[in-house]
Amino acid sequence: MRWPAPVIALAAAACTPAPTADEAREKLPASALISGYEFLQADTQALQDDDFANPGFLWVDRGRALFAAAPQQSKACAACHGEDGAELKGAAAHYPSVDETTGKLTNIEGRINLCRTRHQGLEPLNYETDDLLSLTAFVSHLSRGEPVKVDVSGPAEVWYRRGEDYFFTRRGQYNLACNQCHNDNWGRQLRGDTISQGHGTAFPGYRFEWQSLGSLQRRLRDCDAGVRAEPLAYGSDDYLAVELYLAKRAEGLPIEVPGVRR
Amino acid sequence: MSIRISAPDTASRDEIIELKALIQHPMETGYRRNNRGEIIERDIITTFECTYDGDTVFQARFHPGIAANPFLTFYTRATRSGTLEFRWTDQNGQSWSETHSLSVE
Amino acid sequence: MEMMKQDKFNFMLDRRRLLTLGTAGLVCAAFPMSTSAEAADADKAIRDLFGDGELNEGRVTVDLPPIAENGNSVAIKVTVDSPMTQKNHVRRIAIISPRNPLAEVAEFQLGPRAGKAEVATRIRMAGTQTIRAVAEMSDGSLWLGKASTVVTLAACIIG
Repeated sequence: MRWPAPVIALAAAACTPAPTADEAREKLPASALISGYEFLQADTQALQDDDFANPGFLWVDRGRALFAAAPQQSKACAACHGEDGAELKGAAAHYPSVDETTGKLTNIEGRINLCRTRHQGLEPLNYETDDLLSLTAFVSHLSRGEPVKVDVSGPAEVWYRRGEDYFFTRRGQYNLACNQCHNDNWGRQLRGDTISQGHGTAFPGYRFEWQSLGSLQRRLRDCDAGVRAEPLAYGSDDYLAVELYLAKRAEGLPIEVPGVRR
Repeated sequence: MSIRISAPDTASRDEIIELKALIQHPMETGYRRNNRGEIIERDIITTFECTYDGDTVFQARFHPGIAANPFLTFYTRATRSGTLEFRWTDQNGQSWSETHSLSVE
Repeated sequence: MEMMKQDKFNFMLDRRRLLTLGTAGLVCAAFPMSTSAEAADADKAIRDLFGDGELNEGRVTVDLPPIAENGNSVAIKVTVDSPMTQKNHVRRIAIISPRNPLAEVAEFQLGPRAGKAEVATRIRMAGTQTIRAVAEMSDGSLWLGKASTVVTLAACIIG
């Protein structure tokens, strides 16, 4: 009895077990890395390049002001890190990294909160609050143009492997893994959009869909929701691991914060 | 409220100068619903005004169709040295403003 | 056994198609197409703003991208051919949308001190449409310009 071709293809896709061995995980060749910027329309690219009109700068400006301000009974970020973050130039390109004291993988948001609690006696900030977004955007912006370069050896390796596992695991009602769109089908159309390679170098960035600046983790939550999987909580270990995996995967691409995306 | 103004510091008399103004604001339309299906109340900036030494040289009225974080590019003639004031007012009467000094030869 | 397998695959195909169709029914977050938010009358909005005067075509140029990256934020520029003198200038420019829940998007008041009759901003577009810009001159005449933009659905709709 003959089954129609689409049913066979779908059956095959749904039934193929996820690759377990490293050799089966086909990665993007380092020479063929393309930023999400290249998949935007010319007008949107121009907006990202416009150092005045790029809406992400509303948060960078605010972050700059917060960085310089000394909160009550405490010192300003600038007191340790230099005026206008002079000493943090290029730092964000090496995140996420393992914090020496906690032994835990830490992204920029986490680092800012560690600084607040350890050195400023302040409460940590929640993800997607204007203050944390602004500080993260400002600090990351100090590395704009710097190529991403992260350490995945030693204590970071287990996090890197965890992120890689997440990337290649199918999830959600659509039963899709990140690699299926972003490694295997980038450049092709999905409705009105062209699928990008799924790098995180533009984040925290301004997404038209959000009508606001948002973190990379917010984008990852949208990715999960996009395949109809339950988004994980902000700051979850899995997302931290994915951030490291994505950074290693994008190694060599420049930081674009504040990026503009759909 | 985060505001960005782009305006020249100097201009020659009668030169037409380009002004840009950007302000952070969600411009909540009043048409969206939350997870419980309830309407999220409209919350928008309704007017923008640019004055030049107190004289109004440009005004705008915004409706929900203006994108979030409203952006404007407009022009004015540089008549004399003075202060440009950019003011946004929301539907509740709350306003934000910034000034810029212009020197005209 | 054979029958059960086929049913299962057909069910998955149907469910997938249903999900895709279901999500395709959603529009960008800013303007959900519910019955309470139907497109207002653009022509009526123009009459309400400017009266019943004749709408002349010309002198007004509307710049919009042919395809919008995202309907939440579309760059628009309106330029009006006018010397902008005391005797001959643009008084007002209005941006009108025939498909948004509210036809009037923005109204700008210029005058001779504007120097140049040009305004640029970013607007929301609830679907593919032809945006109209109407300019009122100092002599009371009305001029109309138009431009169209295609607004597509995002690849992964979060809703």
